[in-house]
Amino acid sequence: MKSAVIVFPGSNCDRDLAVAIRDVSGIAPTMVWHGDTELPDGLGLIALPGGFSYGDYLRSGAMAARSPILRAVIDAAERGVPVLGVCNGFQVLTEAGLLPGALMRNAGIDFVCRDVSLTVENAQSIFTSRYAQGEKITVPVAHHDGNYFADDATLDRIEGEGRVAFRYDGQVNGSARNIAGVINASGNVLGMMPHPERRIEAAHGGTDGRRLFEGLLELVGA
Amino acid sequence: MKLRIFVTLKPGVLDPQGKAIHKALDGLGFGGVNDVRAGKLIELDVADSTDDAAIDEMCRKLLANTVIENYRVERA
Repeated sequence: MKSAVIVFPGSNCDRDLAVAIRDVSGIAPTMVWHGDTELPDGLGLIALPGGFSYGDYLRSGAMAARSPILRAVIDAAERGVPVLGVCNGFQVLTEAGLLPGALMRNAGIDFVCRDVSLTVENAQSIFTSRYAQGEKITVPVAHHDGNYFADDATLDRIEGEGRVAFRYDGQVNGSARNIAGVINASGNVLGMMPHPERRIEAAHGGTDGRRLFEGLLELVGA
Repeated sequence: MKLRIFVTLKPGVLDPQGKAIHKALDGLGFGGVNDVRAGKLIELDVADSTDDAAIDEMCRKLLANTVIENYRVERA
C-alpha cells in the first residue's frame, strides 16, 4: 500500500505512524512536509500523525489545518482516498472541516496518558473491518485536548449513520457520549484520539492497533 | 488600524480552564466568585483599508472555531 505521512513542525508521532504502516504493508510511507503543496500519486492512505503541530498555538490542529499541504489532503479526501488522523491528526481533521465537531481541553484538565478500553462501534468501515462489532480493544491515549464536542443534532446524526467508530468504555476526557473516533459521511476519513500505531507488536503490550492497519491494507490493496 | 479580537467559548460549552482558575481563586480565599470563563485576546494591526468583511473572514477562517467559540471585534 502506497501511503503518505504528513509531517508538521511539532508533530512527534509521525515516525511511530510510519513504522506501523511500513511494518504492516511492507512499504515505507512517503513523508510529506506541511509546506509542500502536492501529494504523491496513487496513495492508498494519507496519515496525519499525533503530536503538537505548530506547538498547539491558537488551538490544537488549527494552524496545521490551514497549512499548504492540507489543501491537497482535502482534495484527496474528497476524491475518496482513505485518510487517518490520530490524536493531533483528529484535531486537524475537525479543524479542516473533514470531520464534524471539535476537540476541546480535557474536562478533567489533566493530560491523560494511559491505556484505555474502547468498544468498536462500527466494524464495517475500511478502518475497522478486522475488528468484531462491539469488540473491546485496548489502545493507549496521550492527549490534553481530546474532549470531543458537537451539538446534539450532530451527535444524533453521526450515531444514527454509524459514524462513531470507537467509543471509550467509561469517562476518559469528557468526550460527548464517550466518542473516541469518528468517520466522515463517505466512510474514507477516520479521526481518533487513541493511538493504534502504539499497539502493533507484542513489545507494545498488545497488538489491538495493528488490525486497523491490516484491515486497511486488505481493503485498499497493495 | 488596531483591532482587538475577543474569542470566547460559547455559552454552555464546558470550560475546564475557567474552572481551574475559579478553583485557584477559591484557594486564595476569594469567596463569592460565581463563575469564571477563560477566553483569548488577539490583537491585530491591520491596514486602515481593511474592511469588515475581511476581518470577519479572518475570524471565521482561523482565529475562532465557530463550532465551540464566539468572537467579538473591538476597534481600538
